[in-house]
Amino acid sequence: MTFTLSEEQTLLKDSARDFCREQAPVTRFRKMRDDKKNGRDPELWAEMAAMGWAGILVPEDFGGAGLGYVGLGLVLEQAGRTLVASPLHSTALVGASALLLGGSDAQKQEWLPKIAAGEITVALAVDESAHHAPAKSKLKVAGGKISGAKKFVADGHIADLLLVVGGDGLYLVKADAPGVTKRELITVDSRGAADIDFDNAPTEKLNGGAKLVEQVLDRAAIGLAAEMLGQAQEAFEITNEYLKTRKQFGQYIGSFQALQHRAAKMFTEIELTRSCILAALDALDRNADDVSEYASLAKARASDMLHVVSNEFVQMHGGIGMTDAHDAGLYMKRARVAEALYGGATYHRDRYATLLGF
Amino acid sequence: MTDVQLEQFRKDTRAWLEENCPASMRSTFTSEDEIVWGGKKAKFANPDSKLWLDRMAERGWTAPTWPKEYGGGGLSKEENLILQSELKRINARQPLYSFGLWMLGPVLLEYANEDQKKRHLPPVIRGEIRWCQGYSEPGAGSDLAGLQTKCEDKGDHWLINGQKIWTSYANYADWCFCLVRTDTSVKHEGISFILIDMTSPGVETRPIKLISGASPFCETFFTDVKVPKENMVGRLNGGWEIAKRLLQYERSNISGFGSGARTDVVDIAKQNVGLDEDGRLDDRDLRARIAEHKMFERAYALTAQRAAEEAKAGGNVSHITSMFKVAGATLNIERCELMVEAAGSRAFGWAGEGYSPDELAVTRGWLRSKGNSIEGGTTEVNLNVVAKRVLGLRDTQ
Repeated sequence: MTFTLSEEQTLLKDSARDFCREQAPVTRFRKMRDDKKNGRDPELWAEMAAMGWAGILVPEDFGGAGLGYVGLGLVLEQAGRTLVASPLHSTALVGASALLLGGSDAQKQEWLPKIAAGEITVALAVDESAHHAPAKSKLKVAGGKISGAKKFVADGHIADLLLVVGGDGLYLVKADAPGVTKRELITVDSRGAADIDFDNAPTEKLNGGAKLVEQVLDRAAIGLAAEMLGQAQEAFEITNEYLKTRKQFGQYIGSFQALQHRAAKMFTEIELTRSCILAALDALDRNADDVSEYASLAKARASDMLHVVSNEFVQMHGGIGMTDAHDAGLYMKRARVAEALYGGATYHRDRYATLLGF
Repeated sequence: MTDVQLEQFRKDTRAWLEENCPASMRSTFTSEDEIVWGGKKAKFANPDSKLWLDRMAERGWTAPTWPKEYGGGGLSKEENLILQSELKRINARQPLYSFGLWMLGPVLLEYANEDQKKRHLPPVIRGEIRWCQGYSEPGAGSDLAGLQTKCEDKGDHWLINGQKIWTSYANYADWCFCLVRTDTSVKHEGISFILIDMTSPGVETRPIKLISGASPFCETFFTDVKVPKENMVGRLNGGWEIAKRLLQYERSNISGFGSGARTDVVDIAKQNVGLDEDGRLDDRDLRARIAEHKMFERAYALTAQRAAEEAKAGGNVSHITSMFKVAGATLNIERCELMVEAAGSRAFGWAGEGYSPDELAVTRGWLRSKGNSIEGGTTEVNLNVVAKRVLGLRDTQ
């Protein structure tokens, strides 16, 4: 395992940071929200695709860059910093990796170049109740037709292609296929989502069965954890800056020990979690045997860590933190959704214990 | 150094270790008595321990990266990484535990004059002299710079009067590296760093019994102790800078503390709580908390690895020593609490035959772990350090 970035990865990270700061700052997210676009910013996604990000995982043969999971994770982290609303996670990570792992040659040929070019977006439809429980899927498939109901599909409202999780494998369904009904959800994090019903919709099964489902969910969890790390890092830096400039009782509030200790603990949690996420991305690139352990480690810790950091973002800013004009609320709302998606801390702790044999 | 040369170094090291590391030294310690601390009063529970120490010291490999001129190994960082991985490969015991190696040596290399280095470093490397640390005082613990032990200039010697506390293993030590007050008119700028021979007339030590029943610490009294002029390290009143640097070394050491107990918390839980038909611990809440702890443990280990890689790549990671001290102490205390909880009444033994040595170790380890968030700077003091040095937050005015 290595934590050292290659020159290529460092360049990718730096260019992602610059792009997000300059082209996709939080003000752009805010405008998207205020314009009631519900997570849609197709111009931004086109710009990101032009940077090559949609194809980071896709091999060069299919029009991508083949830069691996660490590379994509670094970009997701930078995008998380400024709350970029895009299908980067659902398409470039989840969609591309599912097809790479389980697609037939024909399926890869059909979809991967379109993903790499930013021409289509993908969404992963997992949950059938209010909580993440992929093992309890009631999806029915017979004769190439799929039936069932999926709840809170992230980016499901904008996706062209759906990856549908069943107990025995992963299914491809075109979003405009007959029998597919989407109900768009207006969500607290302004990213939007969809409840989707499948009524004898035509489907193709990907290769790999239940194992593929696990592999894809692991990738979804790790990639989201990377995005959450970026959110936490940004939230923490803004908070720390506020502690240094805001005065109360004639003192900088950051000089109060009660706040100093909380800040120091947050810093520690972020650094510890960063190591877990980098290790998880590296495990994916190494195709390691214990990817699932790393995935649950990364997602559980990211969920717990971001929960604290996003709450402190609001609390340490006092009254201003409660206002809509301040960004703290945007981070906290996004945090809660991200914490729960693809399994919250409780789910992944339970899974980790099982994987460790107790 | 080229990869070919490093590969050759690995081959040579492996061959040397094969030949020179006694078989009985290729196993984890089974009790604290087997740990070799060196010094004039050194005890060797196993004759192979002495052999192993002497052979490693001969090559300077008790201090692999220190310069050869003082008896060190003179290895580069890359060579040392290879040596450590080869030692780990055969599960070799650490030949010498020593505050001289971990704490004093590094600051002597940085701050001492040539005579002091030549005199004090080689015996540390060979394990001939055991050092203790005279830092804390009854009135100056967390506020270390409030120390009062007086050091007066008597022309041809220093005269020392005062009391130190929490001097680990002072009763076994040959020498003490000590912070003393050489100017009472200022706080931090009035402290000096001095080396004291524990056999000097006027030095007295008394062990302090802890809640765990053990006495790793002592009170140390200095009454009209004469110390030669050449024993002051660095400049007069310049000791605080040395003291802080030494604390960084100390903290990075303590943060790496193991639990002392050999058993794993999961094994203890399986044994005493039991599993349900699905193979899950039969106490869901405890199971979740153990899983959370295991993640913390993993995160800590991964972060230590990341910091090591960053240091190797030339990054400065000294500033996060305090973060590691806090996290390491928290981790160990949490682990010990979970073990006691998982062991149930099997953790309530104190002595006698009703409890296995492993069970007694859990109990004693738990009580000892309470010191982890106090010694080497309390958790609160280290959080202050992170807040100020890393995050740039200021003091109140």
